[in-house]
Amino acid sequence: MAFTAGVITFPGSNCDRDMAVAIEAVSGKPATRIWHGDAALPDRIDFIAVPGGFSYGDYLRSGAMAAKSPIMRAVADAAARGVPVLGVCNGFQVLTETGLLPGALMRNAGIHFVCREVPLIVGNDTSLFTAKYSAGQEILIPVAHHDGNYYADEATLDRIEGEGHVAFRYADNPNGSARDIAGVLNHAGNVLGMMPHPERMIEAAQGGTDGLAMFESVFEGLSVA
Amino acid sequence: MKVNVHVSLKPGVLDPQGRAIHHALEGLGFSGVNDVRAGRLIALDVADDTSDEALDDMCRKLLANMVIENYRIEKVG
Repeated sequence: MAFTAGVITFPGSNCDRDMAVAIEAVSGKPATRIWHGDAALPDRIDFIAVPGGFSYGDYLRSGAMAAKSPIMRAVADAAARGVPVLGVCNGFQVLTETGLLPGALMRNAGIHFVCREVPLIVGNDTSLFTAKYSAGQEILIPVAHHDGNYYADEATLDRIEGEGHVAFRYADNPNGSARDIAGVLNHAGNVLGMMPHPERMIEAAQGGTDGLAMFESVFEGLSVA
Repeated sequence: MKVNVHVSLKPGVLDPQGRAIHHALEGLGFSGVNDVRAGRLIALDVADDTSDEALDDMCRKLLANMVIENYRIEKVG
């Protein structure tokens, strides 16, 4: 089947290539690389990934400038049509700044940049992104961020939890995130943002393969559709 | 027209930077500091006929993140 995935690159993105490699490893097809200044996405797009990095040098707020770039308007339109969008690390920050996901990512509670592998507990195993995991399963995925402290007001947190849209929680909270939230889905369930990097755990040489199931979930989910 | 936009974290939102600054002040021997909150000052030079509405819009759309931050617009001349 034809599977067209796109990876957005901003000035300062640095995980875009890893993301493209992960997508190709699972789908067998290279991901289309999309530049931030492009006004439009390819005519056919099945899956969009917003990668990690330090877009625009984290000026103003992490993800704030990238959220206003021309391509993000097109990504927001696509998300509204139901196209699945994955944002990892800086990509998660961009998606909250764009308003595609609730809440905000603040400076880590402990001030320090945190760069290590962290255990996550799968919270949702029914979304397009997480179907090949099991709820309650513990997986090991690396984080590398300074602003990963997830914040939303209590009512929003209650709603997210009530909808079952906490995709992943930290088993041992590294950054002060509210309710240990490491990854969150939007209301419709077609947008996922997460601070940990699944694209850095897709082959044994990287220290583990726990991220692979996410890309397999998306690819297989879309293949069936 | 010179306009200062003061962006600060909403009350109740944890401010790790403010806390670190507080800690450092105490380390320097300054006692009696009850709390520290860190914010951001954005100094704008805008056309004189820029409307209050437009300034508000700038703050809401970009300068502040309304999920976690408040802003205050100060016209300084």
